[in-house]
Amino acid sequence: MEYEVVIGLETHVQLKTHTKMFCGCGTAFGATPNSHVCPVCLGYPGALPTLNGRAIRLTVMAGLMLGCEIAKRSRFDRKNYFYPDSAKNYQITQNDAPLCLGGHVDLPGGRTVRLNHIHLEEDVGKLTHRPGCSGIDFNRAGTPLMEIVSEPDLRSADEAIAYLTALREMMIYAGVSDCNLEEGNMRSDVNVSLRPKGQEAYGVKVEIKNMNTFSGIHAALEYEIARQTQALDRGQPIVQETRRWDPDLGETFTMRTKENAEDYRYFPEPDLPPVVLTQEQIDAWAKDLPEAPAARRERMMKDYGIPEYDAGVLSADRALADFFEAAAKRSGNGKLTSNWVMAEVLALTAKEGTHVKDSALTPEALGDLLKLLDAKTINGPTAKALLPELFAQGGDPAAIVKERGLGQVADAGAIEPLVDAALADNPKVVADYKAGKQAALGFLVGQVMKRSKGKASPQLVQSLLRDKLS
Amino acid sequence: MDDIKTLTLAGALEGLRAKKFSSVELTQALLDVMKPSQADIHAFVTIDAEGALAQAAEADRRRAAGEDAPLLGAPIAMKDNMSVIGQPCTASSRILEGYIAPYDATVTAKLRAAGAIFLGRTNMDEFALGSTTQTSGFGPTENPVARGCIPGGSSGGSAAAVGGGLALAALGTDTGGSIRQPASHCGIVGVKPTYGRVSRYGIVACASSLDQVGPMTKTVEDAALLMDVISGHDPMDATSLDIPVPRLADAWAGADPAKPLAGMTLGLPKEYFGDGLDPEVRALTEAAAKRAEALGATLREVSLPYSPYGIPTYYICMTAEVSANLARFDGVRYGARVSCDDVLGQYLKTRAQGMGAEVKRRVLLGTFVLSSGYYDAYYNRAQKVRTLIKRDFDAAFATCDLLLAPVTPEPAWPLGVYQDDPIRNYLSDVLTVGANLAGCCAMAIPAGATAAGKPVGIQLLGPNFGEPTLFRAAHALELR
Repeated sequence: MEYEVVIGLETHVQLKTHTKMFCGCGTAFGATPNSHVCPVCLGYPGALPTLNGRAIRLTVMAGLMLGCEIAKRSRFDRKNYFYPDSAKNYQITQNDAPLCLGGHVDLPGGRTVRLNHIHLEEDVGKLTHRPGCSGIDFNRAGTPLMEIVSEPDLRSADEAIAYLTALREMMIYAGVSDCNLEEGNMRSDVNVSLRPKGQEAYGVKVEIKNMNTFSGIHAALEYEIARQTQALDRGQPIVQETRRWDPDLGETFTMRTKENAEDYRYFPEPDLPPVVLTQEQIDAWAKDLPEAPAARRERMMKDYGIPEYDAGVLSADRALADFFEAAAKRSGNGKLTSNWVMAEVLALTAKEGTHVKDSALTPEALGDLLKLLDAKTINGPTAKALLPELFAQGGDPAAIVKERGLGQVADAGAIEPLVDAALADNPKVVADYKAGKQAALGFLVGQVMKRSKGKASPQLVQSLLRDKLS
Repeated sequence: MDDIKTLTLAGALEGLRAKKFSSVELTQALLDVMKPSQADIHAFVTIDAEGALAQAAEADRRRAAGEDAPLLGAPIAMKDNMSVIGQPCTASSRILEGYIAPYDATVTAKLRAAGAIFLGRTNMDEFALGSTTQTSGFGPTENPVARGCIPGGSSGGSAAAVGGGLALAALGTDTGGSIRQPASHCGIVGVKPTYGRVSRYGIVACASSLDQVGPMTKTVEDAALLMDVISGHDPMDATSLDIPVPRLADAWAGADPAKPLAGMTLGLPKEYFGDGLDPEVRALTEAAAKRAEALGATLREVSLPYSPYGIPTYYICMTAEVSANLARFDGVRYGARVSCDDVLGQYLKTRAQGMGAEVKRRVLLGTFVLSSGYYDAYYNRAQKVRTLIKRDFDAAFATCDLLLAPVTPEPAWPLGVYQDDPIRNYLSDVLTVGANLAGCCAMAIPAGATAAGKPVGIQLLGPNFGEPTLFRAAHALELR
């Protein structure tokens, strides 16, 4: 039988805060175990949580980016379960009054994935098991997490990855999270079920817990879809359960079934008053929001007349897009600026292993350089030669060009003697050209350029050469 | 030195300021009466003689250097659920044996900054779950006034220490009457401040939405002295309110000595004077009301119609929060641990051995009322009734400045009685839980004694943050 795949994701995104959700401990990754801890995140007797205002703000910003309704009044709850990585044996989370409601993620190609809600919660500690003993590192305990819960709108493993990629791009873009996958900044629980094509009712779902690589999620989904398809084809029922993905074996395994599901006994967290937000507050935070990458892509194509590919590359990186737009405004030529950022600037950043925002090159300097080029004050080779210097040390292109006399010579009277000299010195090349060897012209242009110390207008040199040789 | 057993906190501070005695002399005098009392009264779980004397010597040095502070050199007893850095903090539970608090509670830090000395830690019902101090993991406390009887609880150690003259003053915590009821049984003053007035940070949580820290003292004046030190917003406690804190030591200033309650209306909630009330308690409460009238107050009967639901509502809200708050005591990070091959076994054994029967009973009850399928019938419904109870109080305070009522239905009963009857114990909280459910302020003050010599207190209740009026009336009405 043909089946339709139904996937929903619950994605935990670590918020970019300096301190934990409910105490003043730092959130830096990779510290000595149990060095970022205090009575609050260790669950010591008498310790109480206090709310990290930045975590609220970042979650609201994420919600606004994703088109959610922001709850004016939200609340925290206790989720009760015993496990050694939980210092209080309850997790403070938001069960039925989350901060953000609804929302959506638009996938490339036009499909829209609806969100159910986004809520805030605290992370747990990290367990390490050794023969005969286990260790707990509470450094991560209490780190603020946003849980972004999608509706079951995804229809394939590829679509799930497209959704996560788009989500990750937006969260990085909004400055809400670093979404560093290696550091576990973005972890997903995947719900997947199958239903016969055309059937409306959902099939029995299986949840695969806590995966932090996109390739792992893709592989686990492909495996699980195949497993469920096979089971259904054989007439075996799917059991509602939680499964674990083993990346080494490439298989999923049962963790617990619905009958053994825990009763978390949620109830309102009495140590924290409800979070009350005013529209003024939300509006003020909305002002700090960047334009969503997809919208920016569209706008940049229109505003600067650049191709979709260029706009896509530039808009995917908020800092690069900011750099491009500032440079393009300065130069007054969007297409030229796009060409230069895409080719020359990105080549330099790749070579230096840095980001343009961390280099000495300001968008104003690039804009000025391209303005000089556009006005034919300097030629292309001069501009290209100057760029690495601006990238490394900065500087004002116009001043440099003036100081070093790099302005291109576009005066035919001045260049003509150089052309004549080059022709006289290279009779064999002239003969080759006349015999139909087009490449010979390039050599001659180079000879004239050399004689002009690089300042001659290459177009002018070429046209003079053509005249003389015809 | 005056008789150490009757010395008040204000009297001690006056003596210290006048250099009639030193803090070391005062502390030593208290230690001299505390130590022998441990064999029978057993008011303390821990006595820190060495530490207290060192702090006293430091206070004397500061005073000799010309310094003063609101409580400089005054020894205070702390209930065993309050964190004092470097001291044990067991909440009278075996499961916290060996745990040393690594930080000061906010109230501790405030007392310390005011110059107070920490004498020791008073006995209590285990995790404040009880009203007799008999559920303590370290043995019961005896009432120092009504000998052979319970001192009340859960702050029974603090009440016995102050009532027995073993401490000048103490702090207690009140979740459903745990300050007021023992204060009444031991003949002292006990204040449950408005929820949010005093920080809970560093206090071993019993039921977070109900707990408040308050003073237990010999006089209303002493209670005001302590309230003025411990009150106020704390950034470490999100439920403490950031609003101005009026000075309570001035609450009765300027009152007409003949008619200090002139212009004040005191409500008598009729549900609090029901059939179950002991005749002597009723008579002493009514006598207090008459005195209030003679001091200028207008009396008026009021109704708190949802009072009969107070006990079930309280025991659902409280046990639910307790079940979560006590989950952290698992032997993993601190306190006593009973090792086992697997983590579940360690949890089960540690908690089975470390926690007493009453604690287990309430954790089980709380777990039950929050369970899927029962949540709406119990926890959710109790929250709704709690709102109705709060509205009862709002309506009463719309027509009265304060309410006057008994604290407990009967005077202190003999040790050991009702110990196997939890419901009987729970019902004795009927007159005190209302203030915690509503969040309002309340205070027990001495009102006399029964024919058998058992102390009886009365209760004054005030609206949220109505402490100035509460203290003004209590100061006029207390029997000194």
